[in-house]
Amino acid sequence: MLTFTIRRLLFAIPTLLFIALVIFLLLELAPGDPMANVPLTVPSEVKEQMRVALGLGEPMHIRFWKWIIQFFWIEPLNVFDALFGTGFAEGKLRIISWQNRAPVFIAIAERIPQTLWVVGTAYVVAILIAIPVGIYSAYRQYSIFDQAGTFVTMVGFSVPPFFSGVLVILIFAVQLRWFPSIYDTTLEVNSWEAFGMQVRQMFLPVMVLALQITSQLSRFMRASMLDNLNQDYVRTARAKGLRENTVVLVHVLRNSMIPVVTVIALGVPSIFGGAIITEQVFKVNGIGQLLITAIQANDLPMVQTLTFIFAVLIVLFNLIADVLYGMLDPRIRYD
Amino acid sequence: MPAGDARPVLEVRDLRTVFQTRGGEVHAVNSVSFDVKPGELLGVVGESGSGKSVTMMSLVGLLPMPPAEVRGGEVLLDGEDLLKVSPARLRDVRGGEVGFIFQDPMTSLNPVFTVGFQIIEPIRRHMGLNKRQARERAVELLELVGIPGARGRLSDYPHQFSGGMRQRVMIAIALACDPKVLIADEPTTALDVTIQAQILEIVEDLRARLGMAIVWITHDLGVVAGIADRVMVMYGGQVVEHAPVHPLFNDPRHPYTRALLRTIPTVTGARADKLQVIEGQPPMLGAAPSACPFRDRCPLAFDRCHAENPLREVVAPNHDVACFHPLAHTAKEAVA
Repeated sequence: MLTFTIRRLLFAIPTLLFIALVIFLLLELAPGDPMANVPLTVPSEVKEQMRVALGLGEPMHIRFWKWIIQFFWIEPLNVFDALFGTGFAEGKLRIISWQNRAPVFIAIAERIPQTLWVVGTAYVVAILIAIPVGIYSAYRQYSIFDQAGTFVTMVGFSVPPFFSGVLVILIFAVQLRWFPSIYDTTLEVNSWEAFGMQVRQMFLPVMVLALQITSQLSRFMRASMLDNLNQDYVRTARAKGLRENTVVLVHVLRNSMIPVVTVIALGVPSIFGGAIITEQVFKVNGIGQLLITAIQANDLPMVQTLTFIFAVLIVLFNLIADVLYGMLDPRIRYD
Repeated sequence: MPAGDARPVLEVRDLRTVFQTRGGEVHAVNSVSFDVKPGELLGVVGESGSGKSVTMMSLVGLLPMPPAEVRGGEVLLDGEDLLKVSPARLRDVRGGEVGFIFQDPMTSLNPVFTVGFQIIEPIRRHMGLNKRQARERAVELLELVGIPGARGRLSDYPHQFSGGMRQRVMIAIALACDPKVLIADEPTTALDVTIQAQILEIVEDLRARLGMAIVWITHDLGVVAGIADRVMVMYGGQVVEHAPVHPLFNDPRHPYTRALLRTIPTVTGARADKLQVIEGQPPMLGAAPSACPFRDRCPLAFDRCHAENPLREVVAPNHDVACFHPLAHTAKEAVA
């Protein structure tokens, strides 16, 4: 397993370099000008000077190389400095956002907590609901519970968050006035009261996201349980005189979790990726919102860096899913 | 081997099982009665769909209910009616007093748990041993069924065993708690002949040593002839003939039994042009049978067979048959 992991990590390096190149070329080839938002009264020579100042005067391969160096060497050095108070990265140019001339990673570090809180909580809530629902729906297939579950998941699956988001705002924020409709990022959680406030403002976005994720996961869990409930080994377990709980929650569940755990692991990068639409609806200024404003402003370093971080996470969690698969299923050996 | 006048350990009376399906009811088991004595091996033969497995699964509630429903009868295990006991008591019986071996050892073990875990489970459940004692017992059992290096193999997973070895593990699980009755549902069908011979040998040996009653379901008449004390022939969810093994093979009375025995190809004498078959399909029973289920395929069928369902009648000591035809009631010598 260890050899496999190391080999996969080594293979990931060329993959990621290639992904970085593709992202870079795509952004490069896409039309757009970072100076597009500058007022027309600014003369074009000045705009040209500003472009050169952003580093756009240099040829493409030089800029790509610089970005690679900044991402893989200078930024990690900065992290190291921040952690241990050293000064290795002093005077070295970091990846700078074109919007506000500040390092990209500082903006990301500011946005990550909101996204992790909202989207991460939604993911955890969804897992906690979806797994028991999936198990019970499969065990009592075609029961009223299962039928109702199927209906709700179909709705959750097919209604997009820009609709369900507005709908819950209308119901719970406007009509019932139970929860605020806007997520206040400046809220500091330093007392129980503030914590209660934080929970209340998270409630609606978490609800919208969790509905969507629960729908997918519970269908998956149900299908996986159904696959296993009719297996011969279940009959064997019953023939041994085991309790129904043991049969279902030990014998069947362990087998059913194998594909589901993989799906859960593969979904983790999307937490970091944020939920662009939901964040927009509830004004959560997380990663998703950062990305969308960067795209609108033609802030290529920001878009490039964010997209690449998602790519790294996806490659990483693919590896984690494979390793988990090997750990859960004894029939799979990678060596 | 079996004590002739011992009390039967398992007695089944008039068992009836029905499946509710979308297309209506299917009467899979119709008034089946039989018994097994300690140390005795009862062979159950019949073609696919004749109700052999369903009968045995009905005994301890292993059928999914619904769609299955046991409509009536008695299943007496040492005098206790298993159809009337609580689910908890039934769980104690399953794996504790009645052991099961299933057809396909490839899929009958849980792939994600070690073999040791799967053997220890029923031991701890029924015998109340602690972990260490249960482990010792598991090692003993694996040695009993002839798995080399038993101790080391406890931590192996089912996929690390061959088919024959897995069936031995299944036997070890079935025997884990010294059951009074062992029900073997086509345990050798999925195995090749050499492995089959080994498994038969193990079962013969264990029966002699442990003295339990065995019900052995099979398609394979050769296997039955080799190991059974008594044979029960099933057709259309009923017992059509029942006799000790020698009379059954030498002097079969029911037309279905005769037809079954004719289907066995012989290795001596002139080679037959074609394999013998029983023409037609077994019946799908939408209702409790009101006529002989074999009538449409029977060469001897006459008016009465279409009007009435024959009951089992004793035709010789320990030998009963459900057929109206006079040939069924006359011994072979008398015919010849």
